Amino acid sequence: MADRKALQVEMISAHPGPVPGHGVQRNLEVCKLVDTTTCIGCKACEVACVEWNDMPFSPTTFDNTYQTMPETRWNFWNLIKFNEHQKEDGTIQWLMRKDQCMHCADPGCLAACPADGAIVKYANGIVDFNQENCIGCEFCISGCPFNIPRFNPETKRVYKCTLCSDRVGEGLEPACIKACPTGCLKFGTKDDMKFIAEERAKQLRENFGIEKAGVYDPQSVGGTHVIYVLHDATDPERYGGLPKNPEIPWSYTVWKWLFKPVLGTFALFGLLGVCLHYVTAGPRRTQPEPPRKGERNG
Amino acid sequence: MASAVERFDDKASETFESVGRTTVYRGELLRHPVYSRALHWMVALFFFLALFSGFGIYLPWLFRWFTPIFGGGQLLRAMHPWFGLGFVVFFGLQALNWLQPMIWTPADSNWMRNMKKIVSSEEKMEAPDTGFFNAGQKVQFWEIVGGCTAYLITGIILWVGAPTFGRILVAISYVIHDISALIMLGGIFIHIYESTFGQPGTFQSMTRGAVSEAWAWTFHPAWYKQMTGRDPVQACEEARRQMTTGNKP
Repeated sequence: MADRKALQVEMISAHPGPVPGHGVQRNLEVCKLVDTTTCIGCKACEVACVEWNDMPFSPTTFDNTYQTMPETRWNFWNLIKFNEHQKEDGTIQWLMRKDQCMHCADPGCLAACPADGAIVKYANGIVDFNQENCIGCEFCISGCPFNIPRFNPETKRVYKCTLCSDRVGEGLEPACIKACPTGCLKFGTKDDMKFIAEERAKQLRENFGIEKAGVYDPQSVGGTHVIYVLHDATDPERYGGLPKNPEIPWSYTVWKWLFKPVLGTFALFGLLGVCLHYVTAGPRRTQPEPPRKGERNG
Repeated sequence: MASAVERFDDKASETFESVGRTTVYRGELLRHPVYSRALHWMVALFFFLALFSGFGIYLPWLFRWFTPIFGGGQLLRAMHPWFGLGFVVFFGLQALNWLQPMIWTPADSNWMRNMKKIVSSEEKMEAPDTGFFNAGQKVQFWEIVGGCTAYLITGIILWVGAPTFGRILVAISYVIHDISALIMLGGIFIHIYESTFGQPGTFQSMTRGAVSEAWAWTFHPAWYKQMTGRDPVQACEEARRQMTTGNKP
């Protein structure tokens, strides 16, 4: 939970009306830039994340790679994904990608979430979970194209990277950025980071001969507030399963905002129907009915 | 004790019959034995638990006031699959119990054609070929059989979750699960209405287990004939004569 005074809310899950306070302040979109070409896999960002968020030490899994564990956990939000990629010429390339919440401009988790206020998107682009409103239905997990939200079976709530909204709200950079020793992680406005990323990709293409170098900022989710510089932007999948074209099922939006209330009302028409039947057609009684009042006998 | 229904699981029902009791007075017929009634109310209990806990997941922003009854949104969400499982299991037993009388017959097709007359109360008595269950009851029964299958498949997918079954399958299951629930929500109003206010004398068939003969010849004439051997229309006319001549208003 971040400081609401410093962070203006832009979108709230399952909240149909206008967002209170939106547009009051000027808010620049923030962005985290991850340059996979200069990441050395030191895991300082993993440690910084665990430290800043007061999370316990997580048991690691050694599987003959440089990866700490197979996937992020509910209390381990930042993981360097490692992949030994064999290039076409037979040489080997080690790919390190910092895996964490991408903070999409059009967040699938927020679209899927049915609970009012469990997921918010701030005007600066950070997508944050408010666990006090989370009912643990886990729909956000299916809404996320990056496989990020994690369910904690003990508290029955879902957790993920906050982009250190508590630090950003106070004007600080996220903990992982502060810890990075190579400068592979940068933090600033989205425009600045996009500019630096494009310049870096251009440098890689022109000066280093890495022809396919490019920036990963998928427009299918409206862009993300974590962007990558990749050696080969044409195949992000090789970087530990980064989706080439992340998608959010349209059914979430249509179902939640149109069909749920409309069809729910239709189901209530069943109640209306039987009430109307009672007052118009009336109940069906066992035959023979006793003679009615005023009716002649025999 | 005369049994109305050829039951699939006779042994279980015999056990229930030795525990419970159905008193059938003169002028009455045994409608539902203890086993059917016990299953019915277990199904009803789990249905409403699953339904009300489902509201808290379906529209949490609307039913937020409701969730504390189940110990809060998270506990409600954790219990909902178990309620649903209870509903599916008990309804499954009931389905086996009622499989035979629920088989669709030509009489039911006729009933569906005449439904408008029956719903508008134009026809005071059911058609003479209406058996233990009428076509409306059978439609609801088979809807719930289909609905339970949909619940079970999609429910397990939602329960186990996206990491195992994939996001798209979960997104589809979510919609199917909801549609199935909405159909049953619409159906439960009709079910409760028809068994209470809509047809007075019906509710006791699920509480005491016995119904009046007049109820039987009015709403299930073929079943009445099967049970008593008398013609339902004649029985009704005889009762009418007795009523008009025997009792002074």
